[in-house]
Amino acid sequence: MPTTITMPQLGETVTEGTVAQWLKSVGDSVDKYEDFVEVSTDKVNAGVPSPVTGTIRELLVKEGETVATGTPIAVIDEAGGAPVAAEAPAAAPRADTAPAPQAPSGNGAPASVAESAEIESAARGASPAVRRLAREHHVDIRTIRGTGANGRVTAEDILAAARTTGATTQTAPPPAAPAPSAAPPMVPGASKTSTYAQPIPGTYVTLTQARRIIAERMVESRHTAPHAWSMVEIDVTDVWQWRVREKDRFERETGYRLTLLPFFIRAVVKSLAEFPLMNAKFVAGTGSTQSSIYVNPEMNIGIAIGLPANLVVPVVRHADKLSIKGLAIAAGELIEKARKGKLAVDDLAGGTFTVNNNGANGSWASAPIINAGQAGIVTMEAIVKKLVVRDDDSIAIRQMMNSCLSLDHRVVDGYVASGFLASLKRHLEAMGPQGEL
Amino acid sequence: MAVVSANTTVMNNVEAVRATLYDALKSDERVCILGEDVGARGNVFLITKDFVGEFGERRIIDTPIAEASIVGIAVGMAMEGLRPVAEIQFADFIYPSFNQIVGEAAKIRYRSNGEYTCPMVIRTPYGGGVRGALSHSVSVEALFYHVPGLKIVAPSFPADVKGLLNAAIDDPDPVLFLEHKKTYRLIKGEVPNGHYTLPLGKANVLKEGTQLSVISYGLYVHWALEAARQLQGEGLSVEVIDLRSIRPMDKTAILQSVEKTRKLLIIHEDNKFGGIGAEISAMVAEEALFHLDAPIRRLCGPDVPAMGYAMPLEEEFMSSPAEMADAMREMVKF
Repeated sequence: MPTTITMPQLGETVTEGTVAQWLKSVGDSVDKYEDFVEVSTDKVNAGVPSPVTGTIRELLVKEGETVATGTPIAVIDEAGGAPVAAEAPAAAPRADTAPAPQAPSGNGAPASVAESAEIESAARGASPAVRRLAREHHVDIRTIRGTGANGRVTAEDILAAARTTGATTQTAPPPAAPAPSAAPPMVPGASKTSTYAQPIPGTYVTLTQARRIIAERMVESRHTAPHAWSMVEIDVTDVWQWRVREKDRFERETGYRLTLLPFFIRAVVKSLAEFPLMNAKFVAGTGSTQSSIYVNPEMNIGIAIGLPANLVVPVVRHADKLSIKGLAIAAGELIEKARKGKLAVDDLAGGTFTVNNNGANGSWASAPIINAGQAGIVTMEAIVKKLVVRDDDSIAIRQMMNSCLSLDHRVVDGYVASGFLASLKRHLEAMGPQGEL
Repeated sequence: MAVVSANTTVMNNVEAVRATLYDALKSDERVCILGEDVGARGNVFLITKDFVGEFGERRIIDTPIAEASIVGIAVGMAMEGLRPVAEIQFADFIYPSFNQIVGEAAKIRYRSNGEYTCPMVIRTPYGGGVRGALSHSVSVEALFYHVPGLKIVAPSFPADVKGLLNAAIDDPDPVLFLEHKKTYRLIKGEVPNGHYTLPLGKANVLKEGTQLSVISYGLYVHWALEAARQLQGEGLSVEVIDLRSIRPMDKTAILQSVEKTRKLLIIHEDNKFGGIGAEISAMVAEEALFHLDAPIRRLCGPDVPAMGYAMPLEEEFMSSPAEMADAMREMVKF
C-alpha cells in the first residue's frame, strides 16, 4: 500500500523545508523509524524517519528544493508486497536525482515516430512482472518488441532481452539496483560477504549507503564531466615557516591543530576570485532548455577527508570571507566532526569547489575526480625538500609541493585552468613567514 | 474394490469415503455417524450400507429431516468427547444448520477460551453436472469459507479422500468435508492400505508447468487436468494445482506456482462473485503482484440462483474441459 510522506513541520513557526539530502533512492527499502531524508529549515536540520516499513516508490522533490510543510515529498510502498515500479520506465536513469539535469537515456533501438509511440504505449501498459523484471535486469521496456498478444511485452521477452545483452547484467551488480536494507545478495549465488573495514578475499563486500553513494557519484562525475588535468609545483617554504612559527600558539589558543590546509584554502579562494569560472558548474540542457554554466555567487570550499570506510567532503562556507585563522577553525571543526561521524547535512551541502589535501601519505601527484556539480578540484601533494635554482640563479634547499587540478572541460579550458594554477602558486608563494593569521 | 498391490487398493470416491468411515468406526469407539438415511437405508449413495447392523443404532444414528438438529446434536457430542461425523444428505440442505455450524461449532473453542473444542466432521455431497437441478447441485463452500474456526476440505481423488477424512476426524476442531457427487463413482484411483492422514491445508501440484498456474478443486480439478494435458500436446505448459483444502488455504503452494508461471487462472464450479477465486485473487494481488504478467482470471459458475434442470441450462452453468482449455490457451498466449 503506497504511503505518501509530506514535508514535516520542523518547528512551530516553520512553514517550509528544504530537502537537504535523500538518504534513500527509489527502490531502496526503508524501515519504520529509519531516516530516509534529511530536511533542513532555517532553524534546524533533521533526519525524517519513515512512518512505515517499505520500499521507496517515488521521490517527489529534488535535493535542494524547498517546499511548504504538508507538501508530498515521497511515496513509500508499505512492506508486504514487492517493490513497486515507478511510472517511468524503470531502466531510465532518474534525472531528478542527479545534481545537473540530464537528457533522458537514449532508446537503444532507433524507431520511427509511429513505432516509438506504439512502443511507448506498450511500456505504459506493461504488467507488474514486466516492470519488475525490466528494473532488475536493467532492460528498457521501450526498446523491446513484444511477442505477446497484440505485441504486448511479456515477462519472457524481458528475460530474453536480458540474456542477449550479455552475462554482465546477470552477474555484476548494477549500481542502481534496488538494495534491500539488510544484506543484499550481491551476485546470484554469492553467499559469502564481508565488510569494507575487514574485507576477506573471496567474498563480496556489502556496500554501505555511503559507499553506494560514493560509487554512484564518482561514476556520474567521471561520465558526465570530461576531466582534464594539470599540475603546478609550488614553493611552500615561506608559508611552511609561517605555519611552524604560529602552530603551537594557535593550538594552545583554539584547541585546533594548524595545518597548511587553511593557508592553501586562502590561496584557492583568492584565485577563484580571479577566475570565477573555476567556481562554477555546468548545467546540461534538457529538451526545452539550453545548456549553460552557472557561476556560483558563493565560495564554499569542500575539503576531502578520507576515513577508513568512506570519503566525506564537508564544506567550509563562505571561505572567501574567512581569515586563515577562521579557515583553520572551520576546517578543524569539520575534520573533528567527520572523524566522529557527526557531520550534519548542512556540513556536506553546497560546495562549489574542492580541495584535497592528498600529500600527507607521500603522494606526489594525483588525478582527482571532480565532485559532481563543480568545475574543479585541486590537490595538495606531499611537501618535499628539493634543490631549487631560484630566479637569481642561486641554488637553495626549498620545500616544494605539487598541486594538481582536475577540471570540467565543459566549463573551463586549459587557458583558465593554467591561469588559475599560476595564480594559486603566486598567492601561496607570496605568503611570507611574517604574515598575520 | 480391486487390489492391485499389497500396498494399495483401487477404489472410487464413494468406496474411499465408506472404507475410511468403516475403519474409523472400527478403530475408535468415539466415532459415530448421524444423518438422514444413514442407518437402515445405508445413505443415499450406500456409503454407510450395513453399518448400522455392525455398529448398532447408538453409533449409526438415523435422524429426522432436521439439519439443525443433526449438527446441533453433533456439536454437543463433540464437546463431550465423542467424534461425530454428521452427514447433510445434500449440501443443498445445509442451510437450516447454518447457525449450528457458523454460530456454534466454529466458535466453541473461542467462546470457551479453549476449555472446549468441537472435534466434529460435517460430510456433505455437493456440486452439479448430475442433472440434480435446484436442490441437488449446489456448491456451498463460499458460504462457509468466510468463517474463522471452520476448516473446509474438498478432495477430488480417492487417496486424498481417505487421508483427509482421517485427518478431519482426528482434527480437534470442526471440519466441513465436501464430496463432489459427480466424482463419487466417476473417479477411481489407488488408495494406500492401512491408516494414514494427509495434512489439512496442503494443496497438491497435480501437473507441473511453466506458463500458467491453474488452481481448482473438486470435479473441475479433473477437467482442468484433462485440458492441461491436451494443451501439453500443443506445446503449452500449464501447471495444475488441486487445492484440496479450501480453508486453511495453501498460500505457499499458490504463491510458489504463480511466481514461477506469472499467470493465474482459477477454476471453480461455485458462483464467481465472492467465491473462493476471489479470495485467491486478492491474496495473490497482495502478495505477488509484481510476479504477475497477466490479469488474474477466474472461470467460475455464473451468478444465477441455481443450476437449471434442463440440459442446456446445466451445461451453461458448468464449465467444460474445452472451455477450460480455451481459457488456458488465451492466458498462455497473452
